[in-house]
Amino acid sequence: MASNSSGSSSDRQRIAQQRLRIIAGHLQRPEDGDSAVLSAECKGQVSKTDEEKTVPKRRQEIMKWNGWGYSDTKFLFNKKGQAEFTGKRYRLSGMIIPGLKDWMEGTFGANLQHKSPATPVLTSSAVQPPTINEAFVEEVKSTGIPFSHDAEDRVFRAHGHCLHEVFALREGKIGRVPDMVIWPNCHNDVVKIVELACKHNVCLMPFGGGTSVSSALECPPEETRSIVSLDTSQMNRILWIDEKNLTAHVEAGIVGQDLERLLNESGYCTGHEPDSMEFSSLGGWVATRASGMKKNIYGNIEDLVIHIKMVTPQGVIEKSCQGPRMSTGPDIHHFILGSEGTLGVVTEVTMKIRPMPEYQKYGSVVFPNFEQGVACLREVAKQRCAPASIRLMDNEQFKFGHALKPQVSSIFTSFLDGLKKLYITKFKGFDQDRLCVATLLFEGNREKVLQHEKQVYDIAAKFGGLAAGEDNGQRGYMLTFVIAYLRDLGMDYYVIGESFETSVPWDRVLDICRNVKARITRECKDRGVQFPPLSTCRVTQTYDAGACVYFYFAFNYRGLSEPVHVYEQVEHAAREEILANGGSLSHHHGVGKLRKEWMRDTVSSVGMGMLKSVKDYVDPQNIFGNRNLL
Amino acid sequence: MTHTTHNFSPQYMESVKGDLVNEEEFVDILEERRNSSDLGHAFRTFSPHPYKGAPSCSTADLNKAVLESQYLRYMAKEIATEMGSSVEEVREEATGILEEMSQNLQLGFIRLMGYTVSKMSKRLFSSINVNMEGLNRLQQAIQEHPVILMPNHRSYADFLVISYILFTYDIPVPVIAAGSPLAGMKMVGEILRRSGAFFIRRAIGSDKLYWAVLSEYVKTIVRTGFAPVEFYVEGLRSRTLKSLTPKLGMMHMVLEPYFKGEVFDVTLVPISISYDRVLEESLLAHELLGVPKPKESTTGLLKATKVLQEDYGSMHVNFGRPLSVRHLCQGKINRCQYNLIPRDLPQKPTAEAQACVSWLAHLVVRIQEEGSLISPWSLMACLFLQAPTTVLTEEGLLWQQLTEKTLWLRKLALDFGARLNWPEKIPDLDVMASSVALHRSIVQRKAGRVYLVREEEPAGKRPISAEEGAFRTAAAVLMMASYRNQCLHLFVRPAMVATAIHIAKTTQRDKIFPFFFFLQDLFANEFIFIPGKSSQDFEEACFFLKKCAAIDVSQQEVTVSDAGQEVLSFLRALLKPFIDTYQVVFRYLCEDGVHSFSEKQSLPAVRNLATKLILSGELYTYEALSSDTQKNVLSALRRLEIVTKSRVSEQNEFRVNKDAVRRIGDMLSGKIPPQPLHGPPGTRL
Repeated sequence: MASNSSGSSSDRQRIAQQRLRIIAGHLQRPEDGDSAVLSAECKGQVSKTDEEKTVPKRRQEIMKWNGWGYSDTKFLFNKKGQAEFTGKRYRLSGMIIPGLKDWMEGTFGANLQHKSPATPVLTSSAVQPPTINEAFVEEVKSTGIPFSHDAEDRVFRAHGHCLHEVFALREGKIGRVPDMVIWPNCHNDVVKIVELACKHNVCLMPFGGGTSVSSALECPPEETRSIVSLDTSQMNRILWIDEKNLTAHVEAGIVGQDLERLLNESGYCTGHEPDSMEFSSLGGWVATRASGMKKNIYGNIEDLVIHIKMVTPQGVIEKSCQGPRMSTGPDIHHFILGSEGTLGVVTEVTMKIRPMPEYQKYGSVVFPNFEQGVACLREVAKQRCAPASIRLMDNEQFKFGHALKPQVSSIFTSFLDGLKKLYITKFKGFDQDRLCVATLLFEGNREKVLQHEKQVYDIAAKFGGLAAGEDNGQRGYMLTFVIAYLRDLGMDYYVIGESFETSVPWDRVLDICRNVKARITRECKDRGVQFPPLSTCRVTQTYDAGACVYFYFAFNYRGLSEPVHVYEQVEHAAREEILANGGSLSHHHGVGKLRKEWMRDTVSSVGMGMLKSVKDYVDPQNIFGNRNLL
Repeated sequence: MTHTTHNFSPQYMESVKGDLVNEEEFVDILEERRNSSDLGHAFRTFSPHPYKGAPSCSTADLNKAVLESQYLRYMAKEIATEMGSSVEEVREEATGILEEMSQNLQLGFIRLMGYTVSKMSKRLFSSINVNMEGLNRLQQAIQEHPVILMPNHRSYADFLVISYILFTYDIPVPVIAAGSPLAGMKMVGEILRRSGAFFIRRAIGSDKLYWAVLSEYVKTIVRTGFAPVEFYVEGLRSRTLKSLTPKLGMMHMVLEPYFKGEVFDVTLVPISISYDRVLEESLLAHELLGVPKPKESTTGLLKATKVLQEDYGSMHVNFGRPLSVRHLCQGKINRCQYNLIPRDLPQKPTAEAQACVSWLAHLVVRIQEEGSLISPWSLMACLFLQAPTTVLTEEGLLWQQLTEKTLWLRKLALDFGARLNWPEKIPDLDVMASSVALHRSIVQRKAGRVYLVREEEPAGKRPISAEEGAFRTAAAVLMMASYRNQCLHLFVRPAMVATAIHIAKTTQRDKIFPFFFFLQDLFANEFIFIPGKSSQDFEEACFFLKKCAAIDVSQQEVTVSDAGQEVLSFLRALLKPFIDTYQVVFRYLCEDGVHSFSEKQSLPAVRNLATKLILSGELYTYEALSSDTQKNVLSALRRLEIVTKSRVSEQNEFRVNKDAVRRIGDMLSGKIPPQPLHGPPGTRL
């Protein structure tokens, strides 16, 4: 992500750069151009922006096959036994993280001597030979749309990033994988593919960024037809930008970081920044009802889309106009949003764009305890003055954040840290084992940001919150993208873990946090986990009537014969606990196959019937047979 | 003094299994008090490990939180609208109720209480025995989740003993739900309040505001983990020393914070307090015969000093294994039912929640029963009461016969898994002799025979009437019966099987079980049966009977062995007074004159009928005069909807379905085969 990889420039520099970019964007604009058409035709030719795009057809060129993210980026313990983050892509890249070893040993009872390394390379022989539908393949060939039966290509599209999926890959265990991967280049390609799939009764599974954490990409083991993974990654152009209405029409395969970068070049942004935005795609967001970190300003995906085009076995579904709101029966967009690839392929989306913010400011507040922190967030939501992002970490995450501090050369900085700590713990009487921290991100014009900032800090003060500086805030957001890499390090040392989320009414936030964390701890104990697990949470989004809560849970699995099974049982119990405490089945990860069993209780039998009847009409042959959701 | 008890693990109570298998050691906590200063004890350093879940708060904070709760705000508004008064008025009234109710736990008063209890206990009891393992478990549990202490209630002496023990062992002292008459006692009320008692009115009825304040008060204490909550799930002190059908109101209040996810778990700790001899034995027997209970007053308490000069033997306090509500409720309650209505608004409990609360309450009472220690005296009382009353009062029972039979019964009790409090190092005969000596108020041993002691005749009065004579005999019998009742829970299930075999006159298992089921259903207000456990109870009872070689059980048949006759006839005789009493009440209800009646009218009428039958020789058991049993019959019939409320007023009036009563009577006497009376026992409590 751009802001992460921009090095350690000071804020003032960064702001100046941003302003320059905005101005440049305005200057580049055609005099009277209402829309800037960047690319129109679809003939499979290499467009000039291609080399700037992040995701190649062969993902294995830049990404890990059995872990998170870029191949060049990972945590490891160097020869001195210090933790190090490799690569050059992130602000943390190339840095030593001195506290991580102690934290891992202390938190999990992990030991650098006890390694649990992954299978180094994917052996093609471990992959079942493809079931090929010859007639379908023949006809696809004639269309010129690229496809592959290569084992690596297929394995890459057979999983998301659930723990059990990655764990199996690390062990070199490959289950059912798609029989073929196909890369449409545009909407029309998709129309052709879907027609052929219907004609030859082939199972299609749309694939966007592959960041699913709901087992959505797992091939149904009972599927006997040829499974074709429809990879949208090459449909990644911004087709036009409408500056009068502030919308952009974009192909659905584009990943978040490319979309933002390309729009930024024109001085715009969508402001949609899910934690997975480096790899997740626009189509995936629509299909799962994604949510972004800055939804307080820009909205969630359902607020951002103006128009969606989806190819289904019955044909193309779309609205006839771009009216900002309509009263035309149930919103057909809501059949598409959250359909999780069961009804068709989202090919093109028109979404709102905004001029890039002129000023950004991070911040952080320390609270004496989690209860006070939640009370503050609730008040902020009540006054509807939430910053672009506001997140509250519990005490364990606060400590974890500290463990991830890179080595600093400046004595001055650590001296300051020491002073702050002294001030907070000794002078203000905060208990180190209870305090928690909120990170903030403000956006807008400078004056308003400063005003807004004051308002939020004033509220925080009423709940015993102390401003804890911009650095702490910024580091928090930077870690968002880095944290995902950390699981792979844990897995090298017998530690497995996962995060999951929910949304819950305000009055239940504290109860659900306490109960779910306690349930996880108890379940682990009951199932023979030797060391107490890491069981922690954060409140990541605020709404008028509630909040989104994230749970993180990890444990040392030494001594367990079936760690993944134990893990799944604990996660299952945690989800039961969430539901019993008034939490939702999911705030934005979706249902997939992982949470299907709770769908009926969640939406009622009638609700299930409605969804089923839509599926039955749109896709009677179950061409989109990933069996998610229902 | 330490001694061990013999234990057995009932098969059906998985939650306590394992615990009971270990032999537990009891320690006499008075021993140290006899050897060192009581003042020193009262001023000991008290630094318990409190509940870790939430920061501690003061009594004032607690009361403020209650009054300012969303729930009370809402209720105040609703009540104001209903009553046509202002919200302020209602809130003021709520403040008044809370003031009247709330405890004011203070360490200074705990010390005072400690000192007083030390002094009193040493005078009354030879020992107070506590299982240390139970205390250790409790200490652990108190740190983890809100703890509810649930003792049985057999004597006023129970009241502060738990606090006293916890204070002695550095465990947070509880707040205790007490009946509000105690609050009215001069000084004593205030001392109790400052020792942690909070006061609940006896008859709350439909006072909505009172309910609201009380339930919010209790729930806030649980939610905040302010202190362990102690309450008597039986609701009242048992006048018969038999467990009472649990009351569900308080139970629901302490469980709801778990149901609604406000706490991760709630820990229930059943506590069994057993007495060799109960202070109130004579008072209770008289209350059962309709002599009103004296009002609690400080002067009354001082007058009771005569009571305080006697010896009451030892007291056992057995802290049961902490029960996780979360664990027990698995699959019994769907907590999602609280998702759609704000949790701090009033919500009528669903049938599921009610059943779950009732089940848990019954379970706790059963564990209390299992945890009580059975004294040699209690076994002797069983046997004593099986002799004809005239033998007891006139000829006397042969001491040798009684002791031999008692030793036989001891073996049977052990076979049934009893926890016996039978000193091992003392010769058996001495144990029994000292039991009889301790209970000289009821029995007298003279020239190799034992007699029932009746109240002394008031000097210089006219000769007593036959009715008065029956009354005096009844008082002695009921006192004796209450000691028998201490061990009844051990025998009641096998006794029902024995009765079923006898009345159904068959060996066919599938005919015996329905009769057993019928008996459980009918007597569900008399004895504690866990709802929905009939089949297991039956299996368990058969298992015990088989174990003592009384019966042989196959897939289809239950056959009585020759040796089993003695066991079975003993067991049948144990249940007989109850069956007879029920029949007497049935007979009263079927009388021509009875149409619509109130409880106030019916009890004296039943008593008259029973007295008449006893005097005419038609009825043998004086226990039929017990108002508790009579009330239980009415409750059972109301539960079975055979007696129904006909008019709701100050005095509820009832109407009776005589045909149905006759039918039950006929089933009970074996004239017609048993039919299901209703749903399974207990499910409709």
